[in-house]
Amino acid sequence: MTERKIEIKSLYKVFGENPQRAMEYVHAGLSKQELLDKHAHVLGLRDINISIEEKKIQVIMGLSGSGKSTLIRHINRLIEPTAGEVLVDGVNVLGMSADDLREFRRHKASMVFQRFGLLPHRTVAQNVAYGLTVQGIDADEAGERSRKWIDRVGLSGFEGHFPAQLSGGMQQRVGLARALATDAEILLMDEAFSALDPLIRNDMQNILLDLQEELHKTIVFITHDLDEALRIGDAIAILRDGEVIQQGDPQSIIMRPADDYIADFLKDINRGRVLQVRSVMKKTARGSGPKICFNTPLEDAIQDIAASGKNSGTVIDAGGKTIGAISLDTAIAAMARPDTKADTQKYK
Amino acid sequence: MEFLEEFPEMGRGDLRDFKKAIDAGFRSFSRAYGEGLESFFDPLLQFMIWLEKLLINSPWPLVLLVIGALAWLGSRSLVLVAGTIGCFLVIGFFGMWEDTMATLAIISVATIVCIGIGIPLGIWMAKSNRVQSIITPVLDIMQTIPSFVYLIPVVMLLGIGKVPGLIAVCIYAVPPIVRLTNLGIRLVDEEVLEAADAFGANYKQRLLGVQIPLALPNIFAGVNQTIMMALAMVVIASMIGVRGLGVPVLQAVSNQYLALGLMNGLAIVAIAIIFDRVSQKYGQRLQAYRRDISND
Repeated sequence: MTERKIEIKSLYKVFGENPQRAMEYVHAGLSKQELLDKHAHVLGLRDINISIEEKKIQVIMGLSGSGKSTLIRHINRLIEPTAGEVLVDGVNVLGMSADDLREFRRHKASMVFQRFGLLPHRTVAQNVAYGLTVQGIDADEAGERSRKWIDRVGLSGFEGHFPAQLSGGMQQRVGLARALATDAEILLMDEAFSALDPLIRNDMQNILLDLQEELHKTIVFITHDLDEALRIGDAIAILRDGEVIQQGDPQSIIMRPADDYIADFLKDINRGRVLQVRSVMKKTARGSGPKICFNTPLEDAIQDIAASGKNSGTVIDAGGKTIGAISLDTAIAAMARPDTKADTQKYK
Repeated sequence: MEFLEEFPEMGRGDLRDFKKAIDAGFRSFSRAYGEGLESFFDPLLQFMIWLEKLLINSPWPLVLLVIGALAWLGSRSLVLVAGTIGCFLVIGFFGMWEDTMATLAIISVATIVCIGIGIPLGIWMAKSNRVQSIITPVLDIMQTIPSFVYLIPVVMLLGIGKVPGLIAVCIYAVPPIVRLTNLGIRLVDEEVLEAADAFGANYKQRLLGVQIPLALPNIFAGVNQTIMMALAMVVIASMIGVRGLGVPVLQAVSNQYLALGLMNGLAIVAIAIIFDRVSQKYGQRLQAYRRDISND
């Protein structure tokens, strides 16, 4: 059983002159739009409850204005909530004194920013060492400890450059190395790769996944990009208008979208690549064809089955034990967009 | 009808009494505290006298060498250094060396005082909107009120001399550095500050490590403006007993000496241009990190 690292409990954020009074209206059931129209307060977050497992990547996804960047800033309290709790290892971040909070930010949670947030007047080496120098570690030791991370993100040789001399992708590597250098257990990534072009973004995702395999941090990753969310997320929470509308395992979200809004979101993904065998297999059945690991993408599974000449495969778990079966028909049906049938009928 | 033609002003006698009351009040204030204030400013006076004497009494080639070296340190430009030395040679040749040294002394002290007061004030203003809304109109008054108006209370309090002159110069010259320090700090990228917070920087680390270094180009533009405005006050300061290039200009005005006025006026211009160019070059060098590889 994995530990709960971060628990966000009934978190509310209201922006405006008198948030506490506005909260009464929110509790009375006013919608975001009504609150804005009638009382000139903006409801940033409404009743957020998310449990984030240790050593997993929790993606928080939403379009702009959904409150996702506001939400991540509550975890290290860059933004004060109007109501609610944020527990990290059981300690309420919102109850910390200024000193405790500073210690928390220095050692426990580090952050990567959308527009990098690098210090333009400091070199790459000094930027990566920033978190350490803030902790009071002297320049030599901080430089020594940060060198490893500069190397790890592939920036060796650029130590003396200033951020303005680097490309966006390289700047974000500096941002990532800076966040890793403090050895914090929690990594908060606020649309960290959104400002990068698609190829570089892909590179950065690979770097992050590689690092995660060896470091096992608890990562909270904000994005508006569904492909990115599905690619790196162990769990996904989808935010709209400041509310969580669905959260859980990416597979279950694809198979059972909570509403039309999410279904609409999922329309354009490559289901064959994202869906895994375990999500569509029949647990009770036994297949005739090849053995297929439970987390194989559907498109690979179909290839394997088709190549074997049979019309189904046996699904096994990581230990090789049979846990179910998958037939070609179910695999292909699962890959089709759920609304395809309706569409074809429309055009007849 | 009379009401419309004549402005309903305060009675003549009342007005006189009103002015008298203010004058008497300030006079008794200056009698009570004038001496105390004078002794408070005494260290500053001693420093000004010391610096002026140092500049005038040192051998001129040595002074020239130091000025040239400072110009080099600031600008790293041989052209500027040569121009600076050339200007000072011409100034000396036309018999204005001592007055120029005296002017340099008061400008330097005024700049130091303005930096010492202006930067902390600017930082305070940047920290709080309320402080900003109080200080901004005060700065507006300081910059627009005719200098002669504040010369009166300053002279009443401290008499004629270097210190009242210095105060007059500073009142006029301090606003730009306050304004630009405030502006510079307020313009620092929000995300960089957020990053500093997210890594647990305390107030001091945030201010000294992020805000001031990133505001430095603006702060430096403020210093530059302060120096220029201090130089503009040289002639007025000479009216209340500050030595320097302003004194001959004042003489030239009252006696219609065209050449004298022009020469000393141009000497002030020369100093102003040198200060301006050197400090601007220095300001540009501070921003070297903003350039990317392609224009390196």
